[in-house]
Amino acid sequence: MARKISMRQALNEALDQEMARDPTVFVMGEDIVGGMGGDGEKDAWGGVLGVTKGLYSKYGDRLLDTPLSESAYIGAAVGAAACGMRPVAELMFIDFMGVCFDEIFNQAAKFKYMFGGKAETPVVIRTMIGGGFRAAAQHSQVLTPLFTHIPGLKVVVPSNAYDAKGLLIQSIRDNDPVIFCEHKNLYGLEMDVPQESYAIPFGEANVVREGKHVTIVTYGMMVHRAMDAAAQLAKDKVECEVIDLRTLSPIDWDTVLESVENTGRLVCVDEAHPRCSIASDVSAKVSQEAFKALKAGIQMVTSPHTPVPFSPSLEDIYLPSADKIAGAVRKTMAN
Amino acid sequence: MSKNPFPLDKQGLLEAYRTMRTIREFEERVHNEFAKGDIPGFVHLYAGEEASGTGIMMHLNDRDRIASTHRGHGHCIAKGVDVKEMMGEIYGKAMGSCRGKGGSMHIADLSKGMMGANGILGAGAPLACGAALAAKFRGDGGVGISFVGDGASNQGMFLESLNLAAVWNLPAIFVVENNGYAESTSRDYAVAVDSYVDRAAGFGLPGVTVDGTDFFAVYEAAGEIIKRAREGGGPALLECKMIRFFGHFEGDQQTYRGKGEVEHIRANQDCIRLFADKVMDAGVIKKPELDVIDKEIARLIEDAVVAAKAAPLPTAKDLMTDVYVTY
Repeated sequence: MARKISMRQALNEALDQEMARDPTVFVMGEDIVGGMGGDGEKDAWGGVLGVTKGLYSKYGDRLLDTPLSESAYIGAAVGAAACGMRPVAELMFIDFMGVCFDEIFNQAAKFKYMFGGKAETPVVIRTMIGGGFRAAAQHSQVLTPLFTHIPGLKVVVPSNAYDAKGLLIQSIRDNDPVIFCEHKNLYGLEMDVPQESYAIPFGEANVVREGKHVTIVTYGMMVHRAMDAAAQLAKDKVECEVIDLRTLSPIDWDTVLESVENTGRLVCVDEAHPRCSIASDVSAKVSQEAFKALKAGIQMVTSPHTPVPFSPSLEDIYLPSADKIAGAVRKTMAN
Repeated sequence: MSKNPFPLDKQGLLEAYRTMRTIREFEERVHNEFAKGDIPGFVHLYAGEEASGTGIMMHLNDRDRIASTHRGHGHCIAKGVDVKEMMGEIYGKAMGSCRGKGGSMHIADLSKGMMGANGILGAGAPLACGAALAAKFRGDGGVGISFVGDGASNQGMFLESLNLAAVWNLPAIFVVENNGYAESTSRDYAVAVDSYVDRAAGFGLPGVTVDGTDFFAVYEAAGEIIKRAREGGGPALLECKMIRFFGHFEGDQQTYRGKGEVEHIRANQDCIRLFADKVMDAGVIKKPELDVIDKEIARLIEDAVVAAKAAPLPTAKDLMTDVYVTY
């Protein structure tokens, strides 16, 4: 049975259902319970965004508030995963990954290969990405390209509540380390989500709008901006095909290439910085594999190559907008 | 036969000797083979430090997990990793414990509770916290033990792990193998406190310092803190003061060490010789019994080297195995 719930509730439901199903799943992170050890209410927060709210009351010590100590607790999640548990660690903002890169890049990502296939590391690191909250340079980055670059990590970015639930369930069941990126702007967004448990396989992009003139490839928050752009362009009889990648590693090249074969035009949209981004990655792949199908040069729409600014007037022009995406589409159509 | 004054029966003593001698023979041989240029990459040898790994690991079983260091051969052997597979790995061969993808610095065998030697100094500490957390969830009485050198004890992740283990009361043990040098840098220069016990106290952890060249001191101290951790008593730190016979890495000329330092320690602070003298002086074990073990180990290591040298290297098809995201 489907009902309208937010992405926040969908994520909570995914954690709840997986914790009920599998006793090796446990959840850890800063304030993920909220109020542990103090005199006030336990389970006061459920994480800074309330995603884990209520789970402590249900599962008790399978929810662990951690010290502000990412290096130690992300490392402990990796260690527990290598020892047969399925930890889901919340790392508040992706910007904080800097202090636990070693545990992610050198430990979790490498065990299986480096140990000759003798280790599995089923750890999920849930983290928040993205701008638009006036949170300034150290709380607003996307950084998904950084993690996509690393062999041994899977990178997942849901753009809506339905995908968030199915992809998180898949992430928890997956035997490999997953960086699960949740965009700040999407937590409150509601849509129909089935109550029953379901998993969305990795590496299957979602064609969220079909069109014959231009392919727009994107993920996360930018799916919504691209859809807004496509709606604008439809008024001028330009039909955009919008592809939501859903997982950046693995990535669904087939859907992207097939779409470009049909449309002959590509616009890559990425909230991340332009250099070595998902946009540049998709552009390179399409240039290599589908050059003959292209009728015009590929366009990239990204944030500029600067830290994220604070002032609302600056942040608004910093982020890729529907207008900028539409402008890029018009540019390819002009060729 | 005299009365046995030791905390182990005769069989246990022989086992301890066998493990220490296996490590020593393995390391001496790797040292010699490396000098011939037969071993790729670089290796860091544990020779001289055998009493530490052995004295600790004799309290463990496969359910207990250890996270090791870049100087991990001794820990692997003491934890029961197959010596032939280890040698194969050091030679980069397909039959190696990591199929030639890890090398000396990454030997692992999770079925034996060996979570890997680690090329990142200090990285084992949070991993051992995770192993301890898993044991606590399961309630299986297992412990997680991490080894760091005196150098890596300054890493943030190590210090954070002490705090994490303390606040969660984890069955985690942090072993500082203090051999006096972080690569070439003296411990006295790089560690701001005199005693690691003081450092542990800063995190609310009990700590104990032992003479790491004295097998029995290590064995008894480790036994106590491991038992305590198994019974829910929480984490602890064990500092083993020890001696590194070789350089930081093979080929290291060790000019930073004092003149005659290595010769002196080899002559006077060899943990295996000290152990053998003790058990023989007490009349519990006779020299011929140790000689038999020495011969068996010499053959074991010779076989391992011969097998590793003869084994095929991995081929192109092995490059892309154990990968789960293909591009």
